[in-house]
Amino acid sequence: MGFFTDTSVCIGCKACEVACKEWNAVPEDGLEFTGMSYDNTQGLGADTWRHVAFIEQDRPVSTRPDDGTVPSADGNGGMRWLMASDVCKHCTHAACLDVCPTGSLFRTEFGTVVVQEDICNGCGYCIPACPYGVIDQRKGDGRAWKCTLCYDRLGVGMEPACAKACPTDSIQYGPLDELRERAAMRVDQLHDMGVEDARLYGHDPEDGVGGDGAFFLLLDEPEVYGLPPDPVVTTRDLPSMWRHAGAAAAALAGGLAAVFAAHGLRDHGLRGGTR
Amino acid sequence: MSTSDVGREGVRGARPDREAMIGQGGHPPDGRGGRRRGRRGEKAMVPDAEFGSYYGKPILNPPVWKAADIAGYFFLGGLAGAGSVLAAGSQLTGRPAAARALKISSLAAISGSTAALIHDLGRPGRFYNMLRVMKPTSPMSMGSWLLAAYGPAAGAAAVLDVTGLFPRLGRAATAGAAVLGPGVAAYTAVLAADTAVPAWHEGYRELPFVFVGSAAVAASGMALAAAPPRETAPMRTAALCGAALELGATKLMERRLGLVAENYREGTGGRLMRAARALTVAGAAGGALLGGQSRTAAVLGGAALLAGSACTRFGVFHAGIRSAEDPKYTVVPQRERIRAREAEPA
Repeated sequence: MGFFTDTSVCIGCKACEVACKEWNAVPEDGLEFTGMSYDNTQGLGADTWRHVAFIEQDRPVSTRPDDGTVPSADGNGGMRWLMASDVCKHCTHAACLDVCPTGSLFRTEFGTVVVQEDICNGCGYCIPACPYGVIDQRKGDGRAWKCTLCYDRLGVGMEPACAKACPTDSIQYGPLDELRERAAMRVDQLHDMGVEDARLYGHDPEDGVGGDGAFFLLLDEPEVYGLPPDPVVTTRDLPSMWRHAGAAAAALAGGLAAVFAAHGLRDHGLRGGTR
Repeated sequence: MSTSDVGREGVRGARPDREAMIGQGGHPPDGRGGRRRGRRGEKAMVPDAEFGSYYGKPILNPPVWKAADIAGYFFLGGLAGAGSVLAAGSQLTGRPAAARALKISSLAAISGSTAALIHDLGRPGRFYNMLRVMKPTSPMSMGSWLLAAYGPAAGAAAVLDVTGLFPRLGRAATAGAAVLGPGVAAYTAVLAADTAVPAWHEGYRELPFVFVGSAAVAASGMALAAAPPRETAPMRTAALCGAALELGATKLMERRLGLVAENYREGTGGRLMRAARALTVAGAAGGALLGGQSRTAAVLGGAALLAGSACTRFGVFHAGIRSAEDPKYTVVPQRERIRAREAEPA
């Protein structure tokens, strides 16, 4: 089970952010006015499990030249707003889950990734391990928190709060196969409409994280939305890392042994070494 | 004076600050986005890497680890681990004073590093959760188990040496600590590298060698400072070898890292790495040449080696934080990876 977020129909209402906070009783995380855009939440964190990005661009909404789009007064071709609701990706190969030393992070029966808050000991290892910058430490609590894909709602057959609250069905919840099929159709539809920049992100089970349990339809490059263009689960390289560390440890032990062998017993050594 | 220009076609030039940010990389909010190339502001020969980002916000969530705790943990772990090897070597080759000093320093260092680790947990009371599972995919889990085995061995080696009780058990503990010590010194490199932090992850091949080299530097520095010069000849050689390994591996890592290597040359990490180089070279040279004759030179050289090793660990730590905070180091290498993949014949 997972999410498909179609950002082409997101209106930036932030209902998902609010619904998530309300249902999961996520604390307030700063009533800050950033001035950078209308987005004052800024990004995902311990106390923001859904985040709606607002991207202002000097580009017309449509790329088709004959669709009657009126260029703006300064001849730049107008501007567009991209809005996108971001969330934990619930990776198939989840780095946070792999590196957690306590077993606090686990894979649920729905294929999602959830933190058991009573086991988490606040080591913070999952935070830099996440290639998407999702999970974070809650200040004053010390534990790591993130989207649970409303684990408590799924168990009783309800859809997650954000998907339920989304007024445009930008956030869709369901079996991943079905969502991927629907997403592919939507991309084709947008391409036919002349929106050539429409593309899917995180849908491919062959990608660096084995595909995301939450994937997206984007209208620009992922990094424009604050998403990494080619994320890789860090533990993919772990066997090689252990091998390199093993070689380094052997080099240290062997090198120091060689140094002592070269120096031999001390001149006035205990056993009468006379070198 | 206003920068906007009101004409028939509307307002032009308004809000220049934000216009620069739209849909482009923008600069990180702390204002150090203006990338300097070289140190004297010479002209860039390669254009600055262009990339998109969300208002210059980091893509990764940077580590929440405190530098004093975690970089300190890396340093103390190295000092303890390599110290145990040197202690065993000293004991076997008839250098009892050096062996005792190193056993004591290893016990102190491993106690300090464990305290730092527990202090860094948001919830120290839950430290024992570390030993709930054993997970090879989690370097921190493996490290916790390694510490659980190494710590008592290093402790017993020190206590039994000082008290003179159970000499056979003491020898076994010394040997055990020496076997586990290199692992303690090296695994922290995997701990750092098994993250999405570009300056750590991309350097995973060389980082363990940087760390064990730095560990050898720290432990031999400790021996130079704490043991009588007549016993420290192998440690002076070890300091030279460790320094050569550390500096060589660092150089190699920087070459491989490309753009990301900037984090080891600029900012706090860069300053610390430069200080580490200077201290390590000075300590190794001074300690190796003069440490045999003069106790003062040995103590000064040893202190410089210890400080150099600490600077390396803090430098690596800060380079990682800096690379995670700037989306450039996440986006540009990943873009290059995609381009390289697309260029490959299918």
